[in-house]
Amino acid sequence: MKLTRTEKREALTGYLCISPWILGLIIFTAGPIIASIIISFTNWDLVTSASWIGLANYQKLLGKDPIFWKSLQVTLYYTVLNVPLALIFSIAIAVLMNQNVRGIFLFRTLYYLPAIVPAVATAILWRWIFHHEFGILNILIGFLGIPPQKWLVDPHLVIPAFVIMSIWGVGGGMLIYLAGLQGIPSQLYEAAEIDGATSWKKFTSVTLPMLSPVILYNLIMGIIGSFQAGFTTSYIMTSGGPNNASMFYVLYLFINAFEYFKMGLACAQAWVLFIIILVITIIVFKKSENWVYYEGVGKGR
Amino acid sequence: MSEWLKKKSTQQAASKSFVYLLLIGGSILFLIPFIWMLSTSFKTLEDVWVLPPQWIPKPFIWKNYFKALTVLPFFKYTINTVIITVSCIIGTLLSASLVAYGFARMRFPGKGPLFFILIATMMIPGQVTLIPTFILFKYLGWIDTFLPLIVPTFFGGSAFAVFMLRQFFLTIPVELDEAAILDGCTPFEIYWRIILPLSKPALGSLAIFVFMGTWNDFLGPLIYINSMDKRTIALGLQAFMGQYAGEWNLMMAAAVIFLLPCLIIFFVAQKLFVQGIVVSGVKG
Repeated sequence: MKLTRTEKREALTGYLCISPWILGLIIFTAGPIIASIIISFTNWDLVTSASWIGLANYQKLLGKDPIFWKSLQVTLYYTVLNVPLALIFSIAIAVLMNQNVRGIFLFRTLYYLPAIVPAVATAILWRWIFHHEFGILNILIGFLGIPPQKWLVDPHLVIPAFVIMSIWGVGGGMLIYLAGLQGIPSQLYEAAEIDGATSWKKFTSVTLPMLSPVILYNLIMGIIGSFQAGFTTSYIMTSGGPNNASMFYVLYLFINAFEYFKMGLACAQAWVLFIIILVITIIVFKKSENWVYYEGVGKGR
Repeated sequence: MSEWLKKKSTQQAASKSFVYLLLIGGSILFLIPFIWMLSTSFKTLEDVWVLPPQWIPKPFIWKNYFKALTVLPFFKYTINTVIITVSCIIGTLLSASLVAYGFARMRFPGKGPLFFILIATMMIPGQVTLIPTFILFKYLGWIDTFLPLIVPTFFGGSAFAVFMLRQFFLTIPVELDEAAILDGCTPFEIYWRIILPLSKPALGSLAIFVFMGTWNDFLGPLIYINSMDKRTIALGLQAFMGQYAGEWNLMMAAAVIFLLPCLIIFFVAQKLFVQGIVVSGVKG
């Protein structure tokens, strides 16, 4: 395959155009990935020279680091609680936002608003909302007859508290579902209506199947996001406490790297996280064949 | 028949009022944190500790905002944050659009695999590259400068930025390029004079994404900035909370000030998005 002169010129221009990204790929992605693998096999504090310790970092993490296991447990708990709840709430709100009523644009803006609040501001605001004596949340649940809770101080409640805070920001996911809902052809609903379907039946037999590709996308993004979640908020709100009950995976990674300067251990942690996310994503993808409906592909394989 | 229609219309009216009930109830729940933040920010410290809480502060203390602004070098922090944010927007828009132009318009060997790599890099968690990148900047002597926060954006911005712009560039008719070539334009002139001006809506929304990401970034400044006078607002706010622990009125005022630019840009951007859709609709 030989290129003509003009083709050569075009190829050269093309390479020139993408050259900033190629350089960036080498310097800020590929290089660091390789370096990260190597560092994870060393014992390096950035001050003294690194020594090769093989798999010791991984063995230490998986074997006898109780805080590592605690952080994994905390993150899993958060993910198991947060992902389904965020899914239910964002679909429910999206369905509500898809109603043809007056003033719906104002409501869309209102529900989306929390999603644009910076994480630092969210953390400060919710620390005050969760205040065990004067916080608004305890006052509100007081109206329902629920006694005040020590949200951020109680090891059993700190993760549910983070989930409540996360649900407040479901606006981003809601928008994606809303776009999905608006793409569902109205003939499908009309046909269901002629068949005498109730609203609930229409939701389960038309809306959910048609929305399932979007649900899969949000589910995977939600899982990936939840596993990497909690750094800014837990750093500011609880510093991982009480008794490590909000020690998120990424917070412990940060502490190992930038407070204890255990660079090797932190790199190993990053790779373990990557593998966990990869495995779960693959499992969700494989299982999704059973419940995701792709139009035009037809049921059954 | 009319009986049936009547029944249906009362049913519809009932379901409509039910929808409104849900909409309004839900928006109250979503807005309470904002109202609570605003309300606290105008209170005296004594009133913060009053039960049951007053929603409308009496007296109304505007001074909290002045105090929050002056007690910290907030002005300096804002300048720092603006410098970093504007640089990141320029870096991303310039480099991502050039790379996207290459991927959208040029033919060259290896384009497919390279584009696949670009997409694949979106799946690598940031934690994996975090530490080696930190070490790289440490060796370059860039710690405690803005450079680690800015310079990477000049190398293609992010995979997401390139992908988004490339998708947009593909919708611009190639005939425009061809006509320009006949007029003797170089590929770079086509990029600068045709592609970029036609992509204002896409560039605008990308600029907003970059703004939100940079303005809110906490981890980056936390790792790379040490000096007090180089802090960003996000970092300064966290320090502020350590200093004024318990003074929730001042902290809420500071949080409102930090949040305000995001709110303003969000409301302005909504218009920009709609305009972008209208403009491209008319043109298309």
